[in-house]
Amino acid sequence: MAVVLILVLVAVASVLFHLLSPWWWTPIASNWHYIDNTIIVTFWITGVVFVAVVLFVAYCVYRFRHRPGLKAHYEPESRKLEFWLATVTAIGVAAMLTPGLFVWHQFVTVPSDATEVEVVGQQWLWSFRLPGADGKLGTSETRDVTSDNPLGINKNDPAGLDDIIISGGELHLPMDKPVKMVLRSIDVLHDFYVPEFRAKMDMVPGMVTYFWFTPTRTGTFEVLCAELCGVGHPQMRGTVIVDNDEDYKTWLGQQQTFTQLMASGETKTVN
Amino acid sequence: MVNIPSSMDDPIPPAEVEDVELYHSHSWWTTYVFSQDAKVIAIQYSMTAMAIGLVALVLSWLMRLQLGFPGVFTFIDAERYYQFITMHGMIMVIYLLTALFLGGFGNYLIPLMVGARDMVFPYANMLSYWLYLLAVLILVASFFAPGGPTGAGWTLYPPQAVLSGTPGGADWGIVLMLLSLIFFIIGFTMGGLNYVVTVLQGRTRGMTLMRLPLTIWGIFTATVMALLAFPALFVASVMMLFDRLLGTSFFMPAIVEMGEQLQHAGGTPILFQHLFWFFGHPEVYIVALPAFGIVSDLISTHARKNIFGYRMMVWAIVIIGALSFVVWAHHMYVSGMNPNFGFFFATTTLIIAVPTALKVYNWVLTLWRGDIHLTLPMLFALAFIVTFLNGGLTGLFLGNVVVDVPLSDTLFVVAHFHMVMGVAPILVVFGAIYHWYPKITGRMMDETLGRIHFWVTFLGAYLIFFPMHYLGLLGMPRRYYEMGETAFVPPSAHSLNEFITIVALIVGAGQMVFLFNLFWSVRHGKDAGGNPWRATTLEWQTPTTPPPHGNFGKDLPIVYRWAYDYSVPGAAEDFIPQNQPNDDRISREPS
Ligand code: HEM
Ligand SMILES: [Cu+2]
Ligand SMILES: [Cu+2]
Repeated sequence: MAVVLILVLVAVASVLFHLLSPWWWTPIASNWHYIDNTIIVTFWITGVVFVAVVLFVAYCVYRFRHRPGLKAHYEPESRKLEFWLATVTAIGVAAMLTPGLFVWHQFVTVPSDATEVEVVGQQWLWSFRLPGADGKLGTSETRDVTSDNPLGINKNDPAGLDDIIISGGELHLPMDKPVKMVLRSIDVLHDFYVPEFRAKMDMVPGMVTYFWFTPTRTGTFEVLCAELCGVGHPQMRGTVIVDNDEDYKTWLGQQQTFTQLMASGETKTVN
Repeated sequence: MVNIPSSMDDPIPPAEVEDVELYHSHSWWTTYVFSQDAKVIAIQYSMTAMAIGLVALVLSWLMRLQLGFPGVFTFIDAERYYQFITMHGMIMVIYLLTALFLGGFGNYLIPLMVGARDMVFPYANMLSYWLYLLAVLILVASFFAPGGPTGAGWTLYPPQAVLSGTPGGADWGIVLMLLSLIFFIIGFTMGGLNYVVTVLQGRTRGMTLMRLPLTIWGIFTATVMALLAFPALFVASVMMLFDRLLGTSFFMPAIVEMGEQLQHAGGTPILFQHLFWFFGHPEVYIVALPAFGIVSDLISTHARKNIFGYRMMVWAIVIIGALSFVVWAHHMYVSGMNPNFGFFFATTTLIIAVPTALKVYNWVLTLWRGDIHLTLPMLFALAFIVTFLNGGLTGLFLGNVVVDVPLSDTLFVVAHFHMVMGVAPILVVFGAIYHWYPKITGRMMDETLGRIHFWVTFLGAYLIFFPMHYLGLLGMPRRYYEMGETAFVPPSAHSLNEFITIVALIVGAGQMVFLFNLFWSVRHGKDAGGNPWRATTLEWQTPTTPPPHGNFGKDLPIVYRWAYDYSVPGAAEDFIPQNQPNDDRISREPS
């Protein structure tokens, strides 16, 4: 009997915990509420299945627990039942997968008006680069990284000369403008992760990865590294500040371009 | 192969394989140490796996102490923490679960359950164990090597795995880890070939494939998968070893490490991830399928009812095994691989959910109208259903590519895989030990201690891992030595972490009850007799208990029916052993 009660308790307590616990996702700050919606759909479908199956098991244990004289029923299989269960399951799975794939399609389709923002990871800090007046990021190469060119920007590429370099780990973004985060690493794997934006992507040395989103509210958000990158992994933090247009312009005006930095010799080894 | 009569009306020729005197060992060493008897090898495998598993358990306490009470235990610094994580994960998955299910249960049960005298290649089988032991010793040695074991995470991702920012990366740690894996794989291959060939070639008369107990189907399919999947890990390990020792660049692009240009160029870290997960995903099922098989037999035996939908269960095992080779990149949705892979891998991953769900339904339907004995194995089987269901359902979150994006690399993932491939299979391991212990030792394990162990383990593990999903949903990343001050993490999340740690310590202590029971009952357990659970399969029909070398005495058993003739209407008892002639024709095995 204890078994039956505890099984029921497991089902009920899990649901109550889900409903009442204070731990839930952070308030969203990007356009990816589609992702949140898909999670909700998934919670519903899986939650119903979980409760139904556990309660069914509890009922079976209650109803068919051994008593003297009880004899089990002999029934090797039932094609019909198995067919129906398979069909219903397939429908449930499709109900989760279909919206999921639609949203994934949006996730991988970067809008043409998205501004590129480059994030460069290294053990254990973040740097950022914004395209300058030409709207284009210059090319870069890990081989070109030196103490006065820590991001390895190609000095012979004119597109790179006006790029804006932000070291010190604090990036500003304008609200409601789609951005394409272009991700690079010069040493090991890292992962650019801001929980409020719901998106993340690994940064892989030797290649450029990306994802896009649109910030939908102003505020200060913490950047975490979400890919184990050595002993400093949990300390690898940064900040993204989403501004309204005016504040963003003011901030942008204070930043220095690659050329200015090279001239002033201010860029030092960031380690 | 022997010609097996296809219809039950054919006369069945007598067994041809007789017990041969020559074949038995004659000295203490060859009987108990360098033994070629699969049953002894099974016990060697199991004891070694449990011993090293105990190390992994202790490591989990240390990690939990750090997560629950950061800064209190100063000897756990970041470096040690990452070493603990890595060793814990690697040991649990490979050196404990894989070794225990295949080397342990596989060796013990395959020959007995298919009606063979032993494995087909006993000598290679013996080597398999000694290579496994060597692999374990190398792994243990890395704890004492300069720089300590590797701290790269059990996934060993390059480039960091071989660089100095990771513990053991520029020292011995990663080298010993890779060497250990290489020896493990060689050893496993010798054992694995045995398991496959024995199932295919060593079955006794009448034991058709569709009469095999599901335990054997699970172990057999898992072994085939392991033989196909481990080579990917093998090459990846060898290539990484070359990158580390010879300066090649299979996985190493141009890198500036701490301001210094390294010599590597042109390699790609993502290639390693593909190789790793080509092995790593099937690995999940290499652990899960034996558990599926065993739990089916536990449920059927202890509910005194045939497993519901036997043929569906067999096909589901085979289909899951095959499909699991085309889903590996669901571990790489945010790895930076071409994002269009996401469509394919999300679809294949969610398709696997269907045969998996059918298995769960069939387990529960087996309970329906059964005669459920709440024995220890049955309790563990019920707990398996709950935890596996829970972990399987959260897999639908992580498999659905876009939902994985916010959740991947958070504690949600840690909670998910512990539930589905940590807790659920371990519960089956325990259920299976309580179930087969009487056959192995001739004695029952203590019931009261077993029940204490059960409740602490089941409820404790659920309390540890269920709430942990919500910390991941909140956004707490995995593999964080400490959360530090993070604006979005409320103080209540730290309290939850303390709670989880305390429960983890209690669950760990509960395992000591099990270990005590395991050793104590060898001498002091109740006498079990040959078939205490009144089960149908061949291992319970041996002439003596524990079974002798050669398993079945003079003649091998002949099989007349499937493994699930429980509560057959019209039969005198509520079970009919597989080797009982079918004169009565009352069995209705599906065909
Ligand atoms: C009560 C038992 C256990 C406890 C308390 C426990 C605890 C933990 C903890 C705290 C972590 C690190 C989480 C993080 O990334 O922050 C971890 C990681 C892990 N555990 Fe367990 N664990 C247990 C049992 C198991 C079992 C049975 C398995 C077998 C599959 C397992 C496999 C793993 C793996 C693969 C990792 C990942 C290691 C990595 O990130 O590289 N654990 N565990
Ligand atoms: Cu990191
Ligand atoms: Cu997988």
